[in-house]
Amino acid sequence: MQKPKNIIEKIWEQHVVHHEDGKPDLLYIDLHLVHEVTSPQAFEGLRMSSRKVRRPDRTFATMDHNVPTRERHVIKDLISKTQMDTLKNNCEEFGVSLADIHHPDNGIVHVIGPELGLTQPGKTIVCGDSHTSTHGAFGALAFGIGTSEVEHVLATQTLWQSKPKTLNVKVNGKLGLGVTAKDLILAIIAKYGVNFGTGYVIEFSGEAIRALSMEERMTVCNMSIEAGARAGLITPDETTFAYLKGRRHVPKDDEFEEAVAKWKFLASDEDAAYDFTLEIAAEEIEPQVTWGTNPGMGLPVSGSVPDPSLLEKPSEREEIKRALDYMGLEAGQPITSIKIDHVFIGSCTNSRLSDLRKAAKVVHGHKVHSSVTAIVVPGSMSIKLAAEKEGLDTVFTEAGFEWRDAGCSMCLAMNDDVIPTGERCASTSNRNFEGRQGNGARTHLVSPEMAAAAAVAGHFVDVRKFAAQEVL
Amino acid sequence: MEPFQIHKGLVYPLNRSNVDTDQIIPKQFLKRIERQGFGQFLFYHWRFDDNGHPRKDFSLNEEKYNGASILLGGENFGCGSSREHAPWAVQDFGFKVIIAPSYADIFKNNCGKNGILAIQVSEEKVHELMKRAENDQYHLTVDLAKQLVFDDTGFEVSFDIPAYSKEMLLNGLDEIGVTLNYEDKISQYELSVGA
Ligand code: SF4
Repeated sequence: MQKPKNIIEKIWEQHVVHHEDGKPDLLYIDLHLVHEVTSPQAFEGLRMSSRKVRRPDRTFATMDHNVPTRERHVIKDLISKTQMDTLKNNCEEFGVSLADIHHPDNGIVHVIGPELGLTQPGKTIVCGDSHTSTHGAFGALAFGIGTSEVEHVLATQTLWQSKPKTLNVKVNGKLGLGVTAKDLILAIIAKYGVNFGTGYVIEFSGEAIRALSMEERMTVCNMSIEAGARAGLITPDETTFAYLKGRRHVPKDDEFEEAVAKWKFLASDEDAAYDFTLEIAAEEIEPQVTWGTNPGMGLPVSGSVPDPSLLEKPSEREEIKRALDYMGLEAGQPITSIKIDHVFIGSCTNSRLSDLRKAAKVVHGHKVHSSVTAIVVPGSMSIKLAAEKEGLDTVFTEAGFEWRDAGCSMCLAMNDDVIPTGERCASTSNRNFEGRQGNGARTHLVSPEMAAAAAVAGHFVDVRKFAAQEVL
Repeated sequence: MEPFQIHKGLVYPLNRSNVDTDQIIPKQFLKRIERQGFGQFLFYHWRFDDNGHPRKDFSLNEEKYNGASILLGGENFGCGSSREHAPWAVQDFGFKVIIAPSYADIFKNNCGKNGILAIQVSEEKVHELMKRAENDQYHLTVDLAKQLVFDDTGFEVSFDIPAYSKEMLLNGLDEIGVTLNYEDKISQYELSVGA
């Protein structure tokens, strides 16, 4: 009998092109996604050494980080425009397909990969972007790389990689009513810290994970990197196959059935071993809000901002003090007393149709609080269209939200969607680092439902109480 | 890539943990399409105030650290975004070596690809070095072949580095060039899986 294997080991073994003891493996890359910010220097490198893109057919590019979400055609920032033009020229020169800002497929790279069916179980997927882990939701081994590696993959369709350690994060039980996939991953990171996953690939498993929809699974895997893990994945199952069926790049008819049969073999064997296993009780998780300047600085909405003077370790005391200073918060202040100025619903963590539906349900019939500016930025142009067909745009705009075009937008504020210094934002994105949403901006990470409820209340509220009658 | 063998330099201590790549190089500077010129933006919002004047309270602005080439960092250094602009900025500013108790994976990887030696040593050793470098101008020598960090007063600590990364750095190899020697195997693989 063969030694039982987990899904990570299975995918790895299927992709080793060359192995030598004591060296990293040369790993084949099935799908390479490209965007405008991390690719210019890679294409330039190819040009300088007269190299070609080995597999343009396995390479797909989009523009997302810089794109305006209002009046797409007017790119005021000249340097942003240069970066987008550079991508366009590079894609033409090297024969790579590109969903530019005028293309109906355009959207955030981690949103459109799955949407178009490019993302499939068992694939190795890379992109010059740390949230490539999102694609792991399909049972793919997907991880972010730097620009030198982007160039390496363009030239060779491979990467030298050391076999990662494997970590099984098993989420037992059921999530409570009003508790979302976002709360689940935020709670895990708050509990175990921003580097418990360093050096590992995470497999998320257990009853609570199996119960998630594909879009919710993407939210969970998206934030694996916020736990330090380069990749996080979930064994594919009927939920996965149903999502994929009929998508543009997914095999059709008989070939689809054959593919499904193959994908089923990827599941971790029953007795597969992991380097480490964590077990989490889903029932204990509440809606989460981050209060600090990294994604691990989070709390249940019922909690209060920590008091650094109660901590023993001087370095931790210092870190929390600095975070509270930056965030303009008082030690011991209840989370629900934090007033907000902005709400951002968007990003590759939470900008899919189901996210927008859930947020719309919460705001329906309410008005955005008078002191709050709120925007919704769908993850892709096709999500935008689908949402408009359902009338979600009207729900949002009637409540006082702005309804925008697709892009990364306020997740990292590289376009003109920027939070002014000192102002506070409830954001459905994945990073609350200093300056992420604008110099001096204060970011609190939450689920779409919590963001929507905060938009209406003007401060954080427990969405379970806020919406008890009509929504849940 | 420049080969890395022995480097002696001035140490700059940055005593903070979880320094993320958004701090190392803020996103408004990611729009350039070249690899050079990012050093001026390193730790931008820590180094400069809103009017672009150097902040007095950020130690990298102190004269005694002028010309520092060894960056001493805290735990989980370089977490967050995968932007290679972060090591480019570190390097362009003049740093050749980073020493920290732990790193985020992608950042460490990116350092190696650019010929920056990212050394991992224990928290205690980093702490000891921090103290020395905070008080005075402090120099260290890094010998990659021997895998040693030492000063002139007898302090010495060894470090681990995977043989492959060591070879690449020591020889300043072009990794793509190396990989292209395996082109036949790559084509064979593609054939065998019908890719
Ligand atoms: S939405 Fe944010 S996290 Fe996602 S790819 Fe864009 S910038 Fe990165």
